[in-house]
This record gives sequence, structure tokens and C-alpha cells, in this order.
Amino acid sequence: MNFSQCVHNSFIIIGRNKLRSFLTMLGIIIGIMSVIVIMSVGAGAQSLILNQIKSMGSNLIGILPGKSEENGPPASVFGTPIVTLKNKDIQNLVSPAFPRVIAASSYARGLDTVAWGDNKVDTYFVGVSASYIDVEDTFVSQGRFFTEEEEKSIARVAVLGSKTAEDLFGDENPLGHQIKIKKTNFSIIGVMRERGVSGFQNQDDQIFVPVTAAQKLLLGINYINFARVKIDRSDSADDSVEYIKQSLRASHNIDNPEDDDFSVRSADQGLEVMGKITNAIRLFLVAIAAIALVVGGIGIMNIMLAAVQERTQEIGLRKAIGAKSKQIISQFLFETITITFLGGVIGIILGVAISATVAMAAQSMGYQWDLVISLPSIFLACLVSIGVGFIFGIAPARRAAGLDPIEALRYE
Amino acid sequence: MSESLLEVKNLKKEYRNEDVVTPALNGVSFKIEKGEFVAIMGPSGSGKSTLMHILGFLERPSSGDYFFNGRNVNTFTDDELAETRGKEVGFIFQAFNLLPRTTLLDNIILPLFYTNVHKREWAYRAKKVLTEVGLEHRLTHTPGQISGGEKQRAAIARALINDPAVIFADEPTGNLDSKSGLQVMKILQELNDHGHTIILVTHERYTAEHSKRILKIKDGLIISDEMVGNRQIADGAKELIK
Repeated sequence: MNFSQCVHNSFIIIGRNKLRSFLTMLGIIIGIMSVIVIMSVGAGAQSLILNQIKSMGSNLIGILPGKSEENGPPASVFGTPIVTLKNKDIQNLVSPAFPRVIAASSYARGLDTVAWGDNKVDTYFVGVSASYIDVEDTFVSQGRFFTEEEEKSIARVAVLGSKTAEDLFGDENPLGHQIKIKKTNFSIIGVMRERGVSGFQNQDDQIFVPVTAAQKLLLGINYINFARVKIDRSDSADDSVEYIKQSLRASHNIDNPEDDDFSVRSADQGLEVMGKITNAIRLFLVAIAAIALVVGGIGIMNIMLAAVQERTQEIGLRKAIGAKSKQIISQFLFETITITFLGGVIGIILGVAISATVAMAAQSMGYQWDLVISLPSIFLACLVSIGVGFIFGIAPARRAAGLDPIEALRYE
Repeated sequence: MSESLLEVKNLKKEYRNEDVVTPALNGVSFKIEKGEFVAIMGPSGSGKSTLMHILGFLERPSSGDYFFNGRNVNTFTDDELAETRGKEVGFIFQAFNLLPRTTLLDNIILPLFYTNVHKREWAYRAKKVLTEVGLEHRLTHTPGQISGGEKQRAAIARALINDPAVIFADEPTGNLDSKSGLQVMKILQELNDHGHTIILVTHERYTAEHSKRILKIKDGLIISDEMVGNRQIADGAKELIK
């Protein structure tokens, strides 16, 4: 029995019971479809996240407290507060000695419920430096941002994010009003322009106060959560990163780079780390989808075993008219593989269709979402579906080949 | 010396089921020449089916020799047995054993899957054998759509497609009404007239009398081997077939 005869034969058998063949395929269809969708939608989401990070400005350098591996996540993401990074360290960075650093801002954040009249919002208050608007390339739409003098004098002034302003004051002009944050009165001196979501964080529902005020009046801490430094160009950020490291080592009296109690990352490094993290999440999800494939494979094995039972007489007949044991094996194996391969192809088509729909929907909502469908992943999906058929087809095929033709012919 | 098509010498077969030994054949010897039409006749349990299975390469004897075209079948491997079944033997079963929900054409070409006959020739062969049994108009029907007699004729067509040296018919009329049974016997007689060797297994005297020679078997032994004196000819049914 050659290849084309095997194909011919498999299609006769599969066509004989179309509904059952389809239901048998379903496990593989769903499994392959999930893998394709997760790979593709995952890649799309990754592109969205990375695009957002890029949109935050690639000439930014981030400083986090705590040492970290070169490309691993910083220690502070694990939730333990690290108290080594100070506002003073950041202020020292802007100096005529290294003109590539244009501006630097400290960040110290907390959460509180802020009220105005009947309106209440849960919001982040963010202590930042006066140079925040330079660092993040933003500006106020109303009023003004606070000044370095106000920062130094721990002034109780606040600049609202555009959404916070709207939620609290509606159409009313918030300028000049007093709000209470952590039971301390702050006067509103400005409202930020609308910025949208950037880097996982909605920038518009925050309240900006001088970092000194956040530390001393609101949080009772003397450290900062992180800092951002703006440099003149995004290319060759390496020397700036090195300058910042040395400056911080000098402030912290560290001789050996091994003992660093901070980590400094350029946006490129951040992208790299984020790429790694999102890749890991994608792989994890693909692994879960692969379980569906295994379950589908077991389902197919079960159905093929039942089919061998049901087709005992047919197998007896095939043996009587000259089929050798290995031809029976290859016939059943080929049938199983045909089913899983067809299922795989249908799964790929559905998966690509769903991924394209998701991408179009996301694009129509204004996200920078790329439709990523890699040819290798489709090729791999085909191979996997054939492999599943092979692995789960062996047992039923061997059982069929082992039948005694006379017993099989008598079987009713 | 001219060789017989098939020859068995002191053929024995016993079945073991745990510690119980059931003898089925107790030493059977005979020859069948090319072109014969032999009926193996006996009551149920006589061993006639076992004999047919051994002659049809489906089973091996416990002892004794079986020569097919002068070759000792005992020396055949399992694959050689399968190959011989495919090339030299056509089976016709009482229960037809057609694949359900599969067209007659696909049913009939089934034995070709296991040969190296080129695919170009398949359709030609199928049409030829279907014409021989008068079913050329039923090509695309499935077994569920045709009568019992037509099913058995389709099974005969399947048995013929590899132009076998010998055709085994195991109670071919057992599941048929007498009219359809006669049609089937008529086809078998015609095939024999055209030179096909046919071995018929039956327990009915009337059916057996359509052959030319009757081997009677009882308790695993041949009790008589004689030519049919007053042969039944299934004729006058030509109109019924077409």
C-alpha cells in the first residue's frame, strides 16, 4: 500500500462517519487553535507593551533601589521596600560635570482617597521633583507645575492629573482649591495635560506633589521608590548609565561594583527585560494550551481504540484479502494522523482568523497592535498535529494488527 | 509429473483453550486440481470451516502438510501467507463482509490496496468484475442501498478482482432467499465454466450439488469423496440478474 493509496483509504474511512471524525478532530482543532492564538495574540500584546515603553521615551534612564542582575528584574519588584535610594542622590546627578544628563526626577508614591464635596477618588499621589515635566516631556494644561523652591521648602502644593481633576471637580475650576491628602491640606496649583495609558500606568489619575512633601508629610520616609533621568540623546546611553552608577557609588561610598545597592537601566535594557518577561508569560500560556493538545490526543486514542473494536470484522476482512500486519498498522496509524493533521490545519485556519480579528479590533481601538503570525509556528503546529496522531495512533493500530483474522471475521 | 493446485496430507488441527484440547481436523488428505468445483460438505462442528481456513491461508495446521502449487505452505512466513491470500485467493463469506457506508466500487477495489497493481488499472478491473456479476449499474451505491443477493454478487466481484487461482465460498447462500441464492450459484458455475477453481463450503446438500465434486466431512475426517452424479444447474435466472 503506497502513500496515495493510504490517503485514499483514510479519506474513505473518515468520510464514512463525518460527524464522528469531526468530533474526534475537535480536541486537536481546539488545541492547535489555542496555541496559534496565544502565540499570535501574545506577540501582539507584547508589541503593544514594548511600543508603550518606547513611547515613554527611549532617552530615559531608570534608577531603582537594590542590586539586580544585568538583565533580570530589579529586587524592588519583589515587593520589599529598599530604603537606600535618596532624593539627594538624584539631585547630585544633574551637574555641569556631565552635561548629557538634562534632568532627573525622584519618585515616591502612595495611595489615598481624596475627596472634594461629594466626589471621592482612590488615587495615587506621586512625589516628584520639580523637573518632572522635563523628564517626562509633559506640561500642565492649567495653572503651573511647582518650582524647585517649592520642592525645597516642602510646599503643600499639588498638581492634579487630568482625570483626577475631572473626577473630583467636574466642570469646576480646581485651581486655588484645597484638598486633603493623608489629612494634610494641599492647594491645587495646576492640572496636567491628558496623557493616556503609558507603561501600564494611567498617567492621568494621579496627583503630583513635591517629592519632599510626599516623603515628610505624607509617607514619613526618607527614601524614594525610583528615579528617572533624561539624557540628551537615546543613542549610546551606556556612558550615561556608567556616569550615573559612578555618581551613585560616590554618594553611597561604594568601592566595589559588586556591592551596588541600586540598579540603573536605560530604556533599551528595560525593553529587553520586558521582552523577556512577556516571552516567559507567553511560553507559560502556550504550555497550558499544549495540555489541550495532549487531552485531544488521548481523546483520539480512545476513539480509535473504540473504532478498532467496532471495525473488527473489517480488519478481519482486510487480513483475509491480503493485508499484512504492518499494512494494518500503517493504515490505522495513517487514519489517526490524517484526522489529527486535518484537525491541525482547521485549528491553524481558525487560530489565524481569531488572531487577525483580535488585532483588527485592537487596532480599531487605537492600540499599536501588530498582527504577528510566524511561519515557523504554523509549520510547528502542523508537525505537532502529525506527532500527536503518531503518538496516540500507535496503540490502536497495534491492537488492530494483532487481531486474529478468523476471530475478527466471525465477530458480530 | 503435473502438480495439483492444492494438496493436503494428513492434515490435523486442534484448538487449545487453557487445558481443554478440542480436535477439529483429525488427519485429512486430498488433492484439488486446477479448474475443479469442489463442495466441502458437513454438519456444523464437522471441521469444514477449519479446513477452509487452512486451505485459505488464514490459519496454520497443527500438523500435516499443505502444498499449494507444489510449495509447502508450512514454510510460509506470516507475511507470505498474507501475500498469498491477496494474490491467489478470493473469499466469499456468508455475511458478505462488505464495508458499510462505502461505495461498491471502493469495496471491490479493496484487495488492490494490498497489491502492487497500478492505480490506473483499478477502475478498469473493477468495471470488468462488476460486469461479470451484473452489477455495473451499482458502482456508486453503498451496501445499505442494495439487496442481499446484490451484496453477495458484489462480494464475488471483490473476490475476483485479483484474478485469484482459487475462490473460497463459505456458505455463500446462507443469508439469501432461494432465488438470490440460485443467482449466486449460477455465477459461481459460470466462473467455473470460465476456468476458475472454486471451493464451496456448505451444509446443504442441494447447494453442494451445484458443484462437480463433494468432499463430505464429519468429526474432522473425510468420510466420502465423490463426483456429483446428478449436478444441479442454476439456469433460467439470467433475466433475474440483469
